[in-house]
Amino acid sequence: MPKSYAELLREARAQIREVSPQEVDALPAGGATIVDVREASEWEQGHLPGARHVSKSYIEQQIEGIAPDRDAPVILYCAGGVRSLFAAQTLAEMGYTDVASMSGGFQSWKGAGLSFEMPVVLTADQKQRYSRHLLIPEVGAEGQARLLGSKALLIGAGGLGSPASLYLAAAGVGTIGIVDFDVVDVSNLQRQIVHTTDRVGERKVESAKKSINALNPEIKVVAHEEMLVAANVERIIAGYDVILDGTDTFETRYILNDAAVAAGIPVMHASVFRFEGQLTTFIPYEGPCYRCLYPTPPPPELAPGCSVAGVLGVVPGILGLLQATEALKVLLGIGETLAGRLLLFDALEMEFTELKLRRDPNCPVCSDAAVAARKAGVPLQVDGVNVEAPFLMTGTFGSAS
Amino acid sequence: MSTVFIPSVLRSNVGGVKSLELDGDSIRDVVGALIEQHPSLGTQLLTDDGDLNRFVNVYVNGQDVRYLSGLDTPVAPADEVRLLPAMAGG
Repeated sequence: MPKSYAELLREARAQIREVSPQEVDALPAGGATIVDVREASEWEQGHLPGARHVSKSYIEQQIEGIAPDRDAPVILYCAGGVRSLFAAQTLAEMGYTDVASMSGGFQSWKGAGLSFEMPVVLTADQKQRYSRHLLIPEVGAEGQARLLGSKALLIGAGGLGSPASLYLAAAGVGTIGIVDFDVVDVSNLQRQIVHTTDRVGERKVESAKKSINALNPEIKVVAHEEMLVAANVERIIAGYDVILDGTDTFETRYILNDAAVAAGIPVMHASVFRFEGQLTTFIPYEGPCYRCLYPTPPPPELAPGCSVAGVLGVVPGILGLLQATEALKVLLGIGETLAGRLLLFDALEMEFTELKLRRDPNCPVCSDAAVAARKAGVPLQVDGVNVEAPFLMTGTFGSAS
Repeated sequence: MSTVFIPSVLRSNVGGVKSLELDGDSIRDVVGALIEQHPSLGTQLLTDDGDLNRFVNVYVNGQDVRYLSGLDTPVAPADEVRLLPAMAGG
């Protein structure tokens, strides 16, 4: 039997519990999943703080992605409180047991003088370019905007930095800094895919910038054409959100580690040898740092670089992309990083092995004693801790002042 | 017998094999047995005083022995021991 709109609305009101804007406002943070079911054009004019957006026409397809627990409380709202009632009926049909609709909708919310947020609005071009990201609930417009506002620093535009730089640029990481003082050599091109044959002899930072901007013109590339040393590391890394360590000397790795720990910047670390690679993510003070893992570097014959030992070109490609993956996760605040885990990759066996890492309580850089020394602006007495510490910067570098 | 995995940078010292089966109840015994079979590994793995070199990490079943009992860390049959120096390449 046909039903009128008024009858449908009456049935919905009888079935669905309604809550006032004030009741929603009084909920503790995370007390319910709040879903805005209006159209995108309405959402862009402002929305409840912490709300998720699923327009009513997509509610059946997308609700499970943002509210997987059918017994957890869900509150829907629209502009005036009608569309959300009907959408709530749909959720009830899908088995959601605790669904409510906010009466009066966003209009009543604003009318009551309650605070609201303006969403990030991407341009039409950005919506197209990053559409595959926007479709992922864990990224979406907010995550994409976060990436666009993020700054990643690559130490080295070589085997590891090449794939990482291209994928970070493609992903829309807005600022990419590159530290490299070298020029492109024809022997680099077997693996360093950010460079090209016609750029042999060109500065690597310039070559990388061309490739990055050819892929994504809106990325700002900052060229640091200098060798990373103790005297400049603090200045170079300042302001970056993540650092990808793709260097090929231990001295640089230790200098970078010490400065990044002091500055509190996560480092995605990778290194390669022939068919093998090692990878981890150092999150300062949450997990170990490079010195906790390797207190002292091996003698040169035990750790030759690629120019001496050789490397299968795809190995730094794989490891560099894993670094980029870790960087994107940290920037987006999603997933579990490799902090506290060392991932070993063996291309010949096609095998990944995971080892557990720990913070060294005597670490000359990230231990409590080291942090206290930095805060006090006093050079850490390396003799006072039972660790050999090559390349340790013992000045007042990184002090709280 | 525990399995000792040799990193590729050290494989030339052990005839190119990826792993060896070695007897021993502790890391000290297993490393000792390894060096007895392949004496050129001695200076790579141990200091003059017989301690583990700081630049080679040793893991038993994925755990760093520095945070267990060092050379005295017990090793059971079927345990996996892994030697791992830092890598330089980037």
